[in-house]
Amino acid sequence: MRTNEDNHKEGMSLIVKTITRLSVGLILLYGIYIVLHGHLSPGGGFAGGVIVALSFVHLVLAFGKRQAFRTLSESGTASLESLGGVLFLTIALAGFSGGYFFTNVLPNGEPYALLSAGTIPLSNIAICLKVAGGLFAIFIALVLLNPESEQGS
Amino acid sequence: MIALYAILVVMIIGAIIAIEARDLLSAVIAVGTVGLGISLVALVAKAPDVAITQLVVEIISVVILIRATIRIGLPRSTHGSKPLLGVVALVFGITVLVIGAMAFAEIPPLGAPHMRVSETYVAEGLEGTGAVNIVTAILLDFRGYDTLGEATVLFAAAMGVLAVARPAGRRKTETEPNHANK
Amino acid sequence: MIAYMLCLVLFCLGVYGALAKRNVIKIVLSLAIAECAVNLMFILIAYRVHGSAPILQRGTEGGAPVMVDPLPHALVLTAIVIGLATTALMVALAMRIYQQYGTYDISEIRELKG
Repeated sequence: MRTNEDNHKEGMSLIVKTITRLSVGLILLYGIYIVLHGHLSPGGGFAGGVIVALSFVHLVLAFGKRQAFRTLSESGTASLESLGGVLFLTIALAGFSGGYFFTNVLPNGEPYALLSAGTIPLSNIAICLKVAGGLFAIFIALVLLNPESEQGS
Repeated sequence: MIALYAILVVMIIGAIIAIEARDLLSAVIAVGTVGLGISLVALVAKAPDVAITQLVVEIISVVILIRATIRIGLPRSTHGSKPLLGVVALVFGITVLVIGAMAFAEIPPLGAPHMRVSETYVAEGLEGTGAVNIVTAILLDFRGYDTLGEATVLFAAAMGVLAVARPAGRRKTETEPNHANK
Repeated sequence: MIAYMLCLVLFCLGVYGALAKRNVIKIVLSLAIAECAVNLMFILIAYRVHGSAPILQRGTEGGAPVMVDPLPHALVLTAIVIGLATTALMVALAMRIYQQYGTYDISEIRELKG
């Protein structure tokens, strides 16, 4: 059974862990804010997706990989990325009902409102899921790869 | 425009330090300087989307690069160079600079772009899509195919990293307790 | 014109580093510098003197606003994320090379043909 001592040994020091517990939720919330307001202020799906991936990277760096995988496992990351890709393709194929591939089928609302601009907010969310899942999967693969375990060709 | 030239000069100095430094960790930090310089240039040149994206991408890129270079007990990094190819690269560089100087006399000067295609995008951006951010409207509505291509490339790169970084012969006693089996 | 030439100098520095260095990590860093220089070129081409950022403000949709060129911004946004993905792939390959051969020096790797 893992004691509290084992939990203290991996990851970084206690100060880093306390600050991470306070700030990782705010970083995730900020990333989601940038994604949702992509059509009103600078940012969009790509920047927001990278910020969401950075919040998970922050967890892995501060707490060690064993405890960070409790929040989001490797198979969960792969599913997140695939879900984002499938969602983006669904939105693009739904444009067939409006005429041709990738038409904006939902109505344009009022300018400057949060629920406006047709399918653009949905596409932003799909891009955020794909970018966050992809970048976190790349980081996990590089963390798990141990360069000194095998020698010789 | 003094700020623009100052940032460009600092970026070139950072690039020279990154190429010539003997310690790998110093080289990685110098490359972080180059990326931060691009973010500052994008702020000066009125491009806020590019500035935000380049800043966060540079942060995660430096984290990934440090993962490859931090090692406990790594011997001093090899710092040799190949002189013949160095001369070839120098000749190539001078040729590119000369041809570039001749080419830059033809394109419009800094600060007065032609904007033949973008006039349509700016004029009918708000009525066509309803989005206030013109760059997002271009990325996701007028030029949605490019975003689909980018999603495909990102997926292929993630699959490539997972295929390369899979250790051959993983020992069964080391699997994590939360490894979800489908 | 001077800004374009400085940008081209940055690109040539990246290519020089990719050709003339022996350490694999130095080659990866030089290619990242060259790719940054290309993105910088796009941003400089799109700049317009006395233009505003390509986001409409309240109250100015009536007249035609003077904006910087938004099309290269869209191209650069995609290129930045793709550049990150290819840099990560190169780093993964470099770590695999270290795992197999025990060194980052490419002239020694060439002699160790298995």
